[in-house]
Amino acid sequence: MNYTRILICILIMAVVTYLPRMLPLTIFRKKIQNQFLKSFLAYVPYAVLAAMTFPEILSSTGNLISGLIGLATAIILAFFNRGLLVVALGSAGAVFAAEQVMRWIGVG
Amino acid sequence: MRRRKEPIKTSGPLCLTFTKGLRDGLPICLGYLSVSFTFGMMVVQHDLPAWIAMLISMTNLTSAGQFAGTDLIIQGAMYVEVAVTTFVINIRYMLMSLSLSQKVEAKMSTFQRLILSFGITDEVFAVAMQQKEAVNSRYFAGLIVTPYCGWALGTLLGATATSFLPLSVRTALGIAIYGMFLAILIPPARKSKAILLVIAIAAIIRCGFAWIPVLNQLSSGWVIIICAVIAAAFAAWRFPLREEET
Repeated sequence: MNYTRILICILIMAVVTYLPRMLPLTIFRKKIQNQFLKSFLAYVPYAVLAAMTFPEILSSTGNLISGLIGLATAIILAFFNRGLLVVALGSAGAVFAAEQVMRWIGVG
Repeated sequence: MRRRKEPIKTSGPLCLTFTKGLRDGLPICLGYLSVSFTFGMMVVQHDLPAWIAMLISMTNLTSAGQFAGTDLIIQGAMYVEVAVTTFVINIRYMLMSLSLSQKVEAKMSTFQRLILSFGITDEVFAVAMQQKEAVNSRYFAGLIVTPYCGWALGTLLGATATSFLPLSVRTALGIAIYGMFLAILIPPARKSKAILLVIAIAAIIRCGFAWIPVLNQLSSGWVIIICAVIAAAFAAWRFPLREEET
């Protein structure tokens, strides 16, 4: 095990993770006045989260069927304004139950 | 978390306290436990010691980036590969950091910005942007501390107690982080057609990049940026926010 190499790699990772977080927040002090840019930045969080969720959520579990069941559970719970933790654990619970059932009946 | 009860109509800097930050960070912290637990397990399964896993989690504080970077370390990749891959995955933080620069109090000092920006993650960003008022450094610090502890603790548990959870539970927990994202996305999408459109466009383009040959060769960091820019730009053009909403 070459620890020097590993530590250098970790340092590199830490720096290239920190810089994109730090630079815009530290440099941009003025409020943006442009209406388009303001709207754009307000919509960015939703766009980023949506792009991170789909289609990854379908392959985040043991198989596609349990992934779909987890997705449906999460959408239903979130639709009824359950909190983050309830939705997260609720969908994981549904996936767990689905995979147990599938194993018993010999699917997946 | 914040939409269940309508907050009491208060304004001014006093409502966003450090304690409220800690409290708002708690669901993120719990969500992180399972992800970082998985990370800790992954690291020790490749015969690296637990302290390496802890060091990575405590200096990187990011999911996709550190998973990919660690994978490259294990594969024995070159430094430049580690740097470029991690950077490309994390480049989305520039977009978030830019959004946050418009959201934090103007009087936040450079020193505070240098420290607090370390804690910008997808979830911290999402929660901070949901606040009605300008985010101050106390609240932001609180919002970072709980997830940071969860991230470190989960890594430690995963790296030291690999056989703690059966495989069936671990695969089920894989969906937890996406469930959390949906819990952030869906309530505002019910209220705003524009937000629903943003989500739909970003999701559809992202699926295209995942399933269409050639396009699916592009690294996920770039793809997320492309999807986010197209979706947010289209919505900003079609549905610009009115003055009182910004």
